[in-house]
Amino acid sequence: MNGRATIDAPPTPRQSRVEADRVPRLLAGSDAPGSTVGLDQHWRRWGPLPRGIDSSFIDELDRSGLRGHGGAWFPVGTKWRSVRRSLTRRPVVVANGAEGEPASGKDLLLLTQRPHLVLDGATVAARTIGASRVILHVSAAAREPVARAVHERDRRGCETVPVEIVVAPDRFVAGQESAVVATINDRRPGLPTFTGVSPVRERGVDGRPTLVQNVETLAHVALIARFGAAWFRGVGTPESPGTALLTVTGRWSEPRILETPLGARLGDALGFPPHEVHRVQGVLLGGFGGGWMPTERALAMPLTEEVARAQGTSIGAGVVVLLPQGTCPLAEVSRVVTYLEAEGAGQCGPCVNGLSGLSRLMSLLASHPAALGDGLASIPVLCDLVEGRGACRHPDGVTRFVRTALQVFGEHAAAHLRHGPCAITGPPFLPLPSPHRLRRTTGMSR
Amino acid sequence: MSKRLVTLVVDPVSCDGHGVCAELFPERITLDPWGFPLISGEAIPHHLLDHAHRAAESCPRLALALLERRVSG
Repeated sequence: MNGRATIDAPPTPRQSRVEADRVPRLLAGSDAPGSTVGLDQHWRRWGPLPRGIDSSFIDELDRSGLRGHGGAWFPVGTKWRSVRRSLTRRPVVVANGAEGEPASGKDLLLLTQRPHLVLDGATVAARTIGASRVILHVSAAAREPVARAVHERDRRGCETVPVEIVVAPDRFVAGQESAVVATINDRRPGLPTFTGVSPVRERGVDGRPTLVQNVETLAHVALIARFGAAWFRGVGTPESPGTALLTVTGRWSEPRILETPLGARLGDALGFPPHEVHRVQGVLLGGFGGGWMPTERALAMPLTEEVARAQGTSIGAGVVVLLPQGTCPLAEVSRVVTYLEAEGAGQCGPCVNGLSGLSRLMSLLASHPAALGDGLASIPVLCDLVEGRGACRHPDGVTRFVRTALQVFGEHAAAHLRHGPCAITGPPFLPLPSPHRLRRTTGMSR
Repeated sequence: MSKRLVTLVVDPVSCDGHGVCAELFPERITLDPWGFPLISGEAIPHHLLDHAHRAAESCPRLALALLERRVSG
């Protein structure tokens, strides 16, 4: 410890019982929309963070069954245990709220409206793995609110390790674990690196063992530290306990962020009226690195990562998009693949070449299907060639997006091939940053 | 008893697709249509380890590495 006082508790802790089956959890409270929960209000709602958290908290995490909400759904206890503490190289905790996915907004919401849940979670992580630094890696929009929250805690002496803020570059791959470390180390910021020989958990920030954990995951940790694993399991399924934040586009006129118990049927979580199924062409789960599902199957599925993977997709970071009728799904998919190609780091040959090819083929399928010599056959071949061959998971996400699109919109694709592109000319639907923010990658084709 | 398993990994960021590795170790490395190596993930048997080492050492970008794991059983 660095000699600073540790005062976790407010002067008069008044912790009311929090029912285990009450949802929302992270988003609980009747605050005015957009308002930030300050430290006193946070303490009134949740009580103080318990003292005496140490490495044994990992066992509690194991029992809780909490998995990472950044997109990989990796067991959190296992991850924390893998970050080795040594006497000479104390680990670093990174709370990751980069959220490069254009259709996701939940990390920004947490950081701006519930920052103390995230900061509590980061504090718990630092104490559990014996870290000497906490770094908040956040999007530019979150910087000011997060800085205010950190300042508030500093004044009250909450933190025992220094907390720093690093702003993530505004690009799709900037939240990938190795890219986060590159940004913090100020070495090719926002670009992933190859970690196959020495993973981030062993050599990350400043060469130290590093835990990179999504901010929503840390917010759940803040509640597990207070109420325990059994409480956490009060909602959800045995394999996927607890709740998840979803960013939903296409259900209401504006995107909304909501919290749902895992295992709930997606249609119930969205309050989707069954008789309106025909208004939706398909459901994108997990964002642009996730996959498409047929509408009825998606709305009926219990929302867990196991079920999503069995369906060839992933919950990812909790993005749900309902694609309405009146848009050409292939034109939508093509637009996104072009965006994803441009958002690649441009570092790995197979990804640079493969995504360029996929972008071209999907664009032809959308606009000039007659120019596709062998129909759709070359698209999965190209997907096979790209998968698993990047330093990060970006190419794998793109292929899943493309493959599932061809499955779900297969009839539409066949119609394009038979009759030419469809006449639907509605406005673009899938959320993308405005075109001026699109970068071209440095070419690497041979 | 533990067994030593050696596999080859390529750092795709460093790799420029020179293709030397595929020439030196065709038993496990082929090239994709763009000239970048496709590496078999299976463990390299003892009698091929020399080839693997030579391929890794000859990479002009030092992008190829041998990964060693111990597996019990």
